[in-house]
Amino acid sequence: MAVEERDPVSGRKTTGHEWNGITELDTPVPKGVLIFLIVTHVFAVLWWFLMPTWPLGTSYTKGFLGVNQHSTVEEKLVTAQAGRASWMNRIEAESFEQVLADPQLMSIVESTGHRLFGDNCAACHGVDGKGRANYPNLTDDDWLWGGSVETIAETMRVGINTEHPESRFAQMPSFGVDGTLNREEISKAATYVYSLSHPEFSTEEVKKKIESGKEVFQANCAFCHGEDARGNQEIGAPNLADARWLYGGDLQTIVDTIHGGRQGHMPTWDERLTEGEIKILALYVHSLSKEMR
Amino acid sequence: MAGLLCAIVVIHSYYEPEPTPDRLSSYYDPPIKAGIAMSMAWAVFAMFVGVWVALLLAWPELTFDQPWAGFGRLRPVHTTGVIFGFGGNALIATSFHVMQRTSRARMPDQISPWFVLAGYNLFCILSVSGYFIGITQSKEYAEAEWYADIWLVIVWVTYFVLYIRTIARRKEPHIYVANWYFLAFILVVAILHIVNNIAVPVSIGHAKSYTVWAGVQDAMVQWWYGHNAVAFFLTAGFLGMLYYYLPVRAQRPIFSYRLSILSFWGITFFYMWAGSHHLHYTALPHWVQTLGMTFSVMLLVPSWASAGNALLTLNGAWHRVRDDATLRFMMVAAVFYGLSTFEGSFMAIRPVNSLSHYTDWTVGHVHAGALGWVALITFGSFYTLVPSLWKRERMYSAGLVEVHFWLALAGTLVYVFAMWNSGVIQGLMWRTYTKEGTLAYSFLDSLVAMRPYYVARAFGGILFLAGAIVGSYNIWMTVRAVPQAADTGKDAPQPEKVAVAGE
Repeated sequence: MAVEERDPVSGRKTTGHEWNGITELDTPVPKGVLIFLIVTHVFAVLWWFLMPTWPLGTSYTKGFLGVNQHSTVEEKLVTAQAGRASWMNRIEAESFEQVLADPQLMSIVESTGHRLFGDNCAACHGVDGKGRANYPNLTDDDWLWGGSVETIAETMRVGINTEHPESRFAQMPSFGVDGTLNREEISKAATYVYSLSHPEFSTEEVKKKIESGKEVFQANCAFCHGEDARGNQEIGAPNLADARWLYGGDLQTIVDTIHGGRQGHMPTWDERLTEGEIKILALYVHSLSKEMR
Repeated sequence: MAGLLCAIVVIHSYYEPEPTPDRLSSYYDPPIKAGIAMSMAWAVFAMFVGVWVALLLAWPELTFDQPWAGFGRLRPVHTTGVIFGFGGNALIATSFHVMQRTSRARMPDQISPWFVLAGYNLFCILSVSGYFIGITQSKEYAEAEWYADIWLVIVWVTYFVLYIRTIARRKEPHIYVANWYFLAFILVVAILHIVNNIAVPVSIGHAKSYTVWAGVQDAMVQWWYGHNAVAFFLTAGFLGMLYYYLPVRAQRPIFSYRLSILSFWGITFFYMWAGSHHLHYTALPHWVQTLGMTFSVMLLVPSWASAGNALLTLNGAWHRVRDDATLRFMMVAAVFYGLSTFEGSFMAIRPVNSLSHYTDWTVGHVHAGALGWVALITFGSFYTLVPSLWKRERMYSAGLVEVHFWLALAGTLVYVFAMWNSGVIQGLMWRTYTKEGTLAYSFLDSLVAMRPYYVARAFGGILFLAGAIVGSYNIWMTVRAVPQAADTGKDAPQPEKVAVAGE
């Protein structure tokens, strides 16, 4: 029942079948298609000869080029490491002073440090190192544990409040929750602390409260933060007399901090980064804060 | 709830009056109409979620602190919604239409098509609702957990049996190409779905399950599934659509039957091997990667043969392409099909993949296929099908079809170009070394560079979504407001002797 018809547009015959009005022409496969088909197959077969391809039981055809993705990666890693060795060895061997004095090494620190900082530190401290609420700004001259290159490197190595055996440890106790201070005492102490960085706040009305707050401070806080409230970098106690605040410097936040305490966390990078990388990052972070000064 | 609703739909059809004997002189179309409606509803919902996840990448705070609105939960809602909700319903609806018309046979019963359609939508709802509350097996495009997976197997086998039974009743001596593709789609998707989802539930009362595949075998099975879901769900099924609605709309014979054979067998054979190109430079053995790559390259010509066959079919009808936005939808779909299959084979080449993999280029490639090919061919087919199915004179507004066409095309182009740019920049930034031998950019630097493209991509998505809404409105109004067409009596399975006389 197949009735072949001639299509007036192409001049080709149909296959003679018809489905709800649809017909098909009996056009042969164009030569270009066949040639292109052969080209792709030749490409594939060539690739089979050159590369590992066909399974042979527990093994496989290795290919004439002898390429293997594992050894390729290993070779690339070795080459890359060798390429970096000329300056990396120097950074690892030389002291911070020597590196700081060498503009060529410092330009490498600059570019490498940017990348290392972005991939390891920026998640908390920001791409520009300026930190954000609860995460310290690394570009200013206000340091919890000290801003010398050596100290920064040590902070990175052991971390703060970590599992590392040499970890730095710092904790702001929760005076309110623990019941050490009552609400009124906390309010007084907070007012005093607030007034240190806000001299204009010290009006006649609040003067009395500030005075009694100072007493509370001297009895409870000065042991860590110092009698002048300027902190102590030996134990990571922040300076409370400047305008820089990690958790916020408004009166309510200071009350919250005294009431509930604070304990930050800086990871240890001891096993995640090499010694050279930690040195580069310490130099880089140091340079960030130097730019600001 | 959803299950109960679906059950009511199916049981309702059981209590319908006993069909009269003259039913055999007409096709059974109500499930097709329901399928089109479901497809468009899913399209609007899931494309909206797509726009949302696109915006999330530029403005992460748009989760509004809701756990269900996180990227990780909305993203599978989007992919499942568009692929299975929109695409799957479109395939079921059009396949029900095409198999009856090209076989000149009514579906063998009136319950199983409803069971397939309602059951399938139940699967979509079960899986999507799970993603919102965090239930997922974390396999891309197969996130649905075991209870939904088992249900889909039952539905899908019914679908396959229904298709075979209809084909068996055909009054045409030959099986039309569109049916080869639809059958390949149904059969292979069943195989893929079952093998990739073999898992052991924690307990019968618990949603969590663990896959039986381990380590790199799991990765290989997953991407054998994932790639062939693209091949047989998003390609073969929609080629079935193309092979019917394009020649019908263009009123032209298919350019070459022989090219159809070459591309059909080429696609079904080569695609099966290509999945491992998703795992280049991973723990997967090198030789498996080579196979995936080379078979992807050999796949190119059969794929292009389909696209070429479609475009050459339009010879003699190019004036219609110019004037008729519906046909233009299908023409552009064929072009995008050709473009994205070339791109796919190209990206499967290992050294190219080392640049493109894990970047937005992949996302751009997927959307060139999903928006440019899958969605456009679906819209073109719907605009062809809707007036004839509801026996309307025409679509409600040809102007709105035109508006939809340009919104969809502009949206696709903006999206794809944004992702190409972003992907290539990303890939290059990740591999750029300083002269000292260290990486030049941190990952965050590359994210900052992506942001403008993410905004552009979201804009492209909004255009495409707007087009889908216009299309839904137009289809709705066609059904509601356009006058009935005169019944020509042609759209019916005629007794064989009449057909012979007709030829």
